[in-house]
Amino acid sequence: MSWVALTTGFILILIGLYGALTNRNILRIIVSFSIANTGVNLIIVAVGYMASRTAPILDKTVAPTEALERIIDPLPQALVLTAIVIGVGVTALMLTYAFKLYEVKGTLDISSYKELKW
Amino acid sequence: MTRRFFVVLLLLGLIAIFANLLFNYAMDSELNQTARYYAKHTATDIGAANIVTAIIVTYRGLDTLGEVTVLFLTASIIGLVLARSKNKAQADAQPTQRSNQHKTRPFPSGELLTTGSDLLVPLILLLGAYVFINGHLTPGGGFQGGAILASAALLLLLTNPSRHFSHQLISKVESTSGLIFIVLGILGIFFAGGFLDNRLLPTGTLGSIFSAGIIPVIYSFIGLKVGAEFTSMMINLAETEKKQEKNK
Amino acid sequence: MNNILIGIAILLAISMIGAAVVAIRVKRPAIAILAAGMISLFASILFLFLAAPDVAMTEAAIGSGLTTFLFFFVLGRVRGDEHD
Repeated sequence: MSWVALTTGFILILIGLYGALTNRNILRIIVSFSIANTGVNLIIVAVGYMASRTAPILDKTVAPTEALERIIDPLPQALVLTAIVIGVGVTALMLTYAFKLYEVKGTLDISSYKELKW
Repeated sequence: MTRRFFVVLLLLGLIAIFANLLFNYAMDSELNQTARYYAKHTATDIGAANIVTAIIVTYRGLDTLGEVTVLFLTASIIGLVLARSKNKAQADAQPTQRSNQHKTRPFPSGELLTTGSDLLVPLILLLGAYVFINGHLTPGGGFQGGAILASAALLLLLTNPSRHFSHQLISKVESTSGLIFIVLGILGIFFAGGFLDNRLLPTGTLGSIFSAGIIPVIYSFIGLKVGAEFTSMMINLAETEKKQEKNK
Repeated sequence: MNNILIGIAILLAISMIGAAVVAIRVKRPAIAILAAGMISLFASILFLFLAAPDVAMTEAAIGSGLTTFLFFFVLGRVRGDEHD
């Protein structure tokens, strides 16, 4: 299972970076970044996975005494939960600035932003 | 053309690194030291059935405080950046078409849509509250519940785009719950083991709703705060759209 | 049982990669945004298979729901510049 998730995550990062580097529309660049973000989250969760173990929640099926043998690593999940919430904040910020740029320039094409080009 | 060449070169390098990582990956057969500590001590020290919640709210509570601070900063920056353009659009729109704005509603939503959303919004709010109150027992918690609360506001916004939301109420909910979060954390220094310690209240029996000390209280306020922040982000983005369309 | 799960996971992975290619190649931004939302939704199912229900809920509610709508709010404002 984790092989599938790891491979998918790596391919999503590559596709996202390729899209971010070759597209010229700012909105499309932001979409590419959010795809790469999903790929990174997949990889971090997949690294914490262990075969034939269950989610880190203690209840009737997983007694606290046998938690050591039954649950998977909870730490990557906590980190990814944080990363997803911060990710949407970053995406919203990027979208806001994209809108501001559109308001000033009237276009989203990055080849028309020449102010800092030398 | 050279640009695309360099992009492909960069990606080939990354593919080499990733392939190396992938082929040398071996699945762990037992928990590492940190995870073993969490698995062994969560049930006795924290009393939360969901270990991920225990890590987020108590073991790494300071991280979560930083996280909600980052979200708050994001929401306020979006408000600040968009407020300027909103004022400009308003000033442009005011002299010409102020009079007929009140009569014409852009998209009158149908009876079915209005009734359906009136029926669904309380249920969605209830689901969000359920998710963050039960965060220490089942999957879910403040962040998921907050997003569900924000989706209720989103539904209201979609059925009636000209609806006015009270920014005052949203910012009051946001700042009050943030303040309570920090006050509960500081109370932990004096009455329990340290900042954000959950043993301010008794830990109770594992698996019941009144367990895990102060975790359900803190996670509920995180949920309200996150919901208010997401709602204000969406409303800010949506309201500028309205002003823009009027402007045209 | 386990084989069926792995089969579903591979199917999800293939459709996610396909959606990613669509998202960066397609002409209309609206379809790119929807494809990105679909990747998030399928990723949340994959998180569930990886025994991470907390992350799956977060990804489904925040990554797939809210982000897509934020994109559409901005897209609605920059309309007229759809084709790059």
